[in-house]
Amino acid sequence: MLNKLTIKQAREGLKKNEFSSVELTRACLDRIKQTDDKLNAFVTITEKEAIEQAKKADSAIALQGQALQAQSLLGIPIAVKDNFSTKGIRTTASSKVLDNYIPPFDATVVKKLKEAGAIILGKTNMDAWAHGSSTETSDYGATRNPWNTQHLPGGSSGGSAAAVVANQCIAAIGSETAGSIRQPASWCGVVGLKPTYGRVSRYGVVAMGSSLDSPGPITKTVEDSAIILEVLAGQDKMDATTSPSPIENYSGNLVSNIKNLVIGISDEYFIEGIDPEVEKAVKDAIKKLEKMGAKIETIKLFDPKYAIDVYTIIQRSEVSSNLARYDGIRYGNDRSFFGEEAKRRIMFGTHALSSGYYDQYYNKASQVRSVIIDDFKKAFEKVSVIIAPTSPSLALPVGATKGKSMFGEIADVLVEPPSIAGLPGINIPVGFSKSNLPIGMQIIGPQFAEEKVLQVAHGYETGTRDEEWRKLEPKV
Amino acid sequence: MSKYTPVIGLEVHVELKTNSKMFCGCSSDYFGKKPNTHTCPICLGLPGALPVPNKKAIEWCIMIGLALNCDIPLFSKFDRKNYFYPDLPKGYQISQYDKPFGINGWIDLANSASRVAVSRNHEPRATSHKRIRIKRVHMEEDTGKLIHEAINGGKVSLIDFNRSGVPLVEIVTEPDFELAEEVKEYLQKLQQIVRYLDVSNADMEKGDMRLEPNISLRSNNTNTTNTTNKPISNKNLPKYKVEVKNINSFNFVGKAINYEIKRQTEILDKGEIPSQETRGFVEATSSTVTQRTKEEASDYRYFPEPDIPPFRWGLDYIDGLNKNVTEKMKELPQNRIPQLISQGLTAGTAATIANDPTRSAVFGTAQTQGTVSPDQLIQFGTYISNVTIIPTEINKIEKLTYNLSEEFKKSTKTISVDEDKLNEVINKVIKDNPKAVEDYKKGKENAIMFLVGQVMRRFTERISAEKVKASLLAKLK
Repeated sequence: MLNKLTIKQAREGLKKNEFSSVELTRACLDRIKQTDDKLNAFVTITEKEAIEQAKKADSAIALQGQALQAQSLLGIPIAVKDNFSTKGIRTTASSKVLDNYIPPFDATVVKKLKEAGAIILGKTNMDAWAHGSSTETSDYGATRNPWNTQHLPGGSSGGSAAAVVANQCIAAIGSETAGSIRQPASWCGVVGLKPTYGRVSRYGVVAMGSSLDSPGPITKTVEDSAIILEVLAGQDKMDATTSPSPIENYSGNLVSNIKNLVIGISDEYFIEGIDPEVEKAVKDAIKKLEKMGAKIETIKLFDPKYAIDVYTIIQRSEVSSNLARYDGIRYGNDRSFFGEEAKRRIMFGTHALSSGYYDQYYNKASQVRSVIIDDFKKAFEKVSVIIAPTSPSLALPVGATKGKSMFGEIADVLVEPPSIAGLPGINIPVGFSKSNLPIGMQIIGPQFAEEKVLQVAHGYETGTRDEEWRKLEPKV
Repeated sequence: MSKYTPVIGLEVHVELKTNSKMFCGCSSDYFGKKPNTHTCPICLGLPGALPVPNKKAIEWCIMIGLALNCDIPLFSKFDRKNYFYPDLPKGYQISQYDKPFGINGWIDLANSASRVAVSRNHEPRATSHKRIRIKRVHMEEDTGKLIHEAINGGKVSLIDFNRSGVPLVEIVTEPDFELAEEVKEYLQKLQQIVRYLDVSNADMEKGDMRLEPNISLRSNNTNTTNTTNKPISNKNLPKYKVEVKNINSFNFVGKAINYEIKRQTEILDKGEIPSQETRGFVEATSSTVTQRTKEEASDYRYFPEPDIPPFRWGLDYIDGLNKNVTEKMKELPQNRIPQLISQGLTAGTAATIANDPTRSAVFGTAQTQGTVSPDQLIQFGTYISNVTIIPTEINKIEKLTYNLSEEFKKSTKTISVDEDKLNEVINKVIKDNPKAVEDYKKGKENAIMFLVGQVMRRFTERISAEKVKASLLAKLK
């Protein structure tokens, strides 16, 4: 069962010649074939290219002893969300508008993955244009939650999260505007890291909310997220919004340094209507961290509900502009191929930017955004990280989004404020509900504090390694 | 006196001559190139591609602002101007809305028949110059080009994206013009400035400068008449404005303006108000036609371009650019001609040199580098104003100056001639050309030059024509 391995385990196996990259890749492809009829985690599977790449990786490993050290993802099969541009491989963002679109270029993230030796297994399903938190709005059919296929995986990176937990791949890449990595990671019970805005290049990622979009890893362990972030992070001359701030040695510095760590908890994030099982699991997890030596500080953050309006206005405004290029002149399919959700967002955003409404909506939202940024800044003067539930609910049943045009914004209420502030955050699983669905907790840090966020997550993960629930596996 | 005073403003788009496009690395040299060969994911607006601003283009835009006496705000940003057109691959144009790179500048016109003359602080000026206020100078990207043709009998529209993303600077004036001639003079000055800054070829035929005047008429019978010698405040502007698009020559701007003045006068005379609209200029008839009325006006839904962080300039940076601009503006003909005349050049030679950036640069370089001796400088000026000189890139001026100086020296090089030998040759020439000698003696002045030429031809080395002439004249006395 090579496909169950983590990046770290797979690297060790390749190093010791226990198996080849072709065998590892084949194991993932076999698993995809076995399970994807039920899960629908992939839009496109690139079997031929993947095997070819794996062969190349194997010969590189055979020829040079140093190859694995030089390339941290050499021979590792990875799934990539379908909104990352892949040269020569169809990229649809799960919208039929792009059904025939084969990009002539690689997104910077894809380029970096390839340079690090990764094998790209295929393109994962998502909410069309990343508009949603369910993967139910994909024009290629909903992805199902591997823990219970009657439930949703969350989204928009639902395909990537489902693929990781179902062991269809060793790790996956997702993208988050507000919640699209962390929320599906929470609903699927995997690790999902949303880096600081500007930490990872957006070049080649089909744009959703341009001032918010952040690509990041979805993995089986915190350490794997650190390994991938190390590959992806850094200033990109193709993306003017990437930061020149130095990249840490995320995996090398991954110590479980919980002692004397000051963790902020805000009651505002245990909102009214939160699932009691989620609340209990997260509060228990915080107690465990306290036992490991952390200091818990109660802080008062703005009620996250204010972030919903700010996020909705900014994101929809940017969406309306970003989708204008799909005007029917190029890409084959015209505007009639847009789904309901995209049309709603285009109309909402167009209205919000209209003359006479700009000040009332976009401008006001930008001002409140600054207030939220300041609110977090002040909080981080007192605490190192902030911990909160990732999603107020467990994975909801298939069909939950029907007729709910604000489904995503409400499902993601707890990740919207830090996303608006551009902060890094990670979802880690902390347990299961009685109904056998995963529960996730998010750790939020100040801008560019990915190292700290990863350390706390790693500390929790290693400190609770022997808990019974960690032995559970989804039965697909 | 006419019943109406024209109120005219002008928008000019200047295409910069940077090597690469505004937001990608593609070559911006699109003119006459095979369609869609200068493109990449960015200027094609492919999904996920992002713009990265061209630093040089921004610098040049600021320099244009400085040369036009603008304030350069220390905070600036790009915005998205959203509209649909097939030649606009992203569905929006990256432009600048409320924070342009330059604001509040001016150009002074030398000659003006109209009355308004204002200074920057809006006080009347004690001068005959008329000041045209510049509202803003901003940076944006050009669009692709639509080509409509018939293929296999069917009408098709094709898109060439080679021009997509080429840097454009838009310069917008206040409605300070009253005459087509003023607009023309302004345009000539503007063209000269961008050429002397070396940031645009400003070649009208290649579409490097595109002109959009807006014209309306103010009645002289109302209290809006400008008798105070102050600029017209916005509340006194006419209630309508007609914009004319698609003009690519200074002459056509004049024709469009005069046509509009006539058309609008007729409408106003009937007691009606011309409609607010955008009109197109028709070259064949020198007239304008309705393109778009106010009701169809677009709402561009401007908002800050999230893909490009805003700019915060340091004072040092702007000061540095300003010094550079000041140096280049010294070369402008109106500044250069008096300077050259004071050095001893004739007015004609001074104008020829000053009006050509290449000649001007060569003359300046010859002086500073000493490629010709100071006492020959005036002669060198005459020389370069008479020889053919191909416009040359600034970085090649030194070499050009050196070459021209060498050619000049060769052309003026004379050797001292042995008097005996000269006399011998002169005697022989007089003997051999009795008819020319006869003609001269009869009063045909030209004949002497023929004889000078005959003498000089018998020397292999270059000798002084003046000296030959003097000796000849002495002999023939």
